[in-house]
Amino acid sequence: MSIAEQQRESRRPPRPRASEPIIFGADSFGTLTEQISSIPLTRKTPRVWYIILVISVSALVMFVAVFSFLLYQGIGILGNEIPVAWGFPITNFVWWIGIGHAGTLISAILLLLNQRWRNSINRFAEAMTIFAVMCAGLMPIAHLGRPWILYWMLPYPNTMHVQPQFRSPLIWDVFAVSTYGTISLLFWYLGMIPDLGTLRDRATKGFTKGMYGVFALGWRGGSRHWRFHEMASLLLAGLATPLVLSVHTVVSFDFTIAILPGWHSTIFPPYFVDGAIYSGFAMVLMLAIPIRSIYGLDNLITERHLNNCGKILLATGLILAYAYAIEPFTAWYSGDRYEMAVVHYRAVGPESWTYWVTILCNIVIPQLLWFRSFRIRPKRLFFVSAVVLYGMWMERFMIIVTSLHRDFLPSSWSNFIATAWDIAFFVGSVGLFLTAFLLFVRYLPMISMYELRELLPFSKPGGGSEK
Amino acid sequence: MRRVYGCAAEFDTPTKLLEAARRAREAGYRKFEAYSPYAIKELDDVIPMWDPLPLMVLIAGVSGTVTAWAMQTGIAIWDYPINVGGRPLNSWPAFVPIMFELTVLFAGCTAFFGALWLCGFPLVHHPVFNVGEFARVSDDRFFLCIEARDSKFGPEDTSEFLAQFEPIAVWEIDRD
Repeated sequence: MSIAEQQRESRRPPRPRASEPIIFGADSFGTLTEQISSIPLTRKTPRVWYIILVISVSALVMFVAVFSFLLYQGIGILGNEIPVAWGFPITNFVWWIGIGHAGTLISAILLLLNQRWRNSINRFAEAMTIFAVMCAGLMPIAHLGRPWILYWMLPYPNTMHVQPQFRSPLIWDVFAVSTYGTISLLFWYLGMIPDLGTLRDRATKGFTKGMYGVFALGWRGGSRHWRFHEMASLLLAGLATPLVLSVHTVVSFDFTIAILPGWHSTIFPPYFVDGAIYSGFAMVLMLAIPIRSIYGLDNLITERHLNNCGKILLATGLILAYAYAIEPFTAWYSGDRYEMAVVHYRAVGPESWTYWVTILCNIVIPQLLWFRSFRIRPKRLFFVSAVVLYGMWMERFMIIVTSLHRDFLPSSWSNFIATAWDIAFFVGSVGLFLTAFLLFVRYLPMISMYELRELLPFSKPGGGSEK
Repeated sequence: MRRVYGCAAEFDTPTKLLEAARRAREAGYRKFEAYSPYAIKELDDVIPMWDPLPLMVLIAGVSGTVTAWAMQTGIAIWDYPINVGGRPLNSWPAFVPIMFELTVLFAGCTAFFGALWLCGFPLVHHPVFNVGEFARVSDDRFFLCIEARDSKFGPEDTSEFLAQFEPIAVWEIDRD
């Protein structure tokens, strides 16, 4: 080694805990495969799975019923009224799509950053993304006046000679969300192909084997397969990283492009992206904590995972606190009396409770995460995550309602009143999400087996043998 | 007559697989494949291959940008011009978000379907599946298969060659 090289070497900071194992309890490839693949194949489905399924399917039925009645009756059944024309559906839309973003962050951005601990949680976080985008996509559709002609938003040759307005962020949204859904689905499926091959090889019943075989597409695990697979994963991760930022930026454009005080602000794109990741990590934790205890996976989803996710939650929460602090400052600094009025009414107006609930849930309570016990004790972390998820829903609701309810003309001022349909529609969408997620947990490998094998110390050639 | 696809050695560690693959290359074999339950980076030098995927994705991405630009410009200027207070019709900055989205959409779909196509998917059957033990390659076993189309291949020579790397077993794989 030359002197220059030595100097470069010594200047490099030591990598802490690089040798510390990420997962425990797997002393051979076989035990790891067995632990994960037995969940869809041989293990008895836990009773609590059925209980949650019954509840979430009931909510899903309610969702279908509300959606059907909405199509029949029109959006008048919801609380949307002038001036608050964007009520629950858009709140739900932004909330759901934000939740999805954490899945992409874990699967794509942490992959590019070589954060190998993500290998335990990326699969179900990606599944969460797919199902959250599914729920999100239905919300603006429900909110359309005539949902059955939603294809009018697409630029296709038609006999009316009418085309979409490409200068409108609402059309950007159509492209952004549909691209995001497509890419997330492809990325998720691509990552699952080797594990579907494992399930195909281990299934004993003909039908099960056949179904996994069809979706494994003929995976053999040859070195060429692995290289194409890895290259495609890297390329998709590289594409998904700017995509995820663009999607929530475009969602925030839905607000900022309007000249409405409280919406018309340059801080919105980063503020929204950060809030999206914040709420998404809260959802990841709310899914991971029950899963690891119900299925006994705490050797794979360890305290370190909870701790890391808790830290990300804390960091994104602090960025959000900055955004909350800068909003009133910008309003004051602008000298614009309408901007200042929005801040005033947010704090003390008739809908001010939404603002203070948001501050409490998103800024005050998550400070508990400074304590290590709140990051590694599952129940406490679950509690903070639930609070954050609720707070993030309330934040979007607050942004929509408090900016709209006090218009430029006092004669058109009015408050928002949610109807029972609004609440049923939202609860129903949670049912849709949970039903899809439960089926995923039951029938697909919810933790990536091949990526966990790479974490085992004997997976490197020359890296020792199995115990 | 029995037709042979190749000879495969079954190993229980990646170390042995890599060693066998390296030695096979040194011995002059070219048409062989290493099967493993996860990606082994070290095999990249032993089994070199041309990967056209990044180029395909780049071309698809650029064509996505161009498609989105052409579509929006064409519609906004000629096909369905919307005059809002006399603002210019060719307002290209407003077209950037969709140009970006279609770039990612085209490139991402190409990365996914391109990888499937390069892997030869979907495939209903492959000769290596004729060996029952091969099912464990998706779990904890490592296979090195020297294919019969290699000019150096001889059923006896090759299985003798593979037997020297302490395999669990050496299999002769039928083509059908």
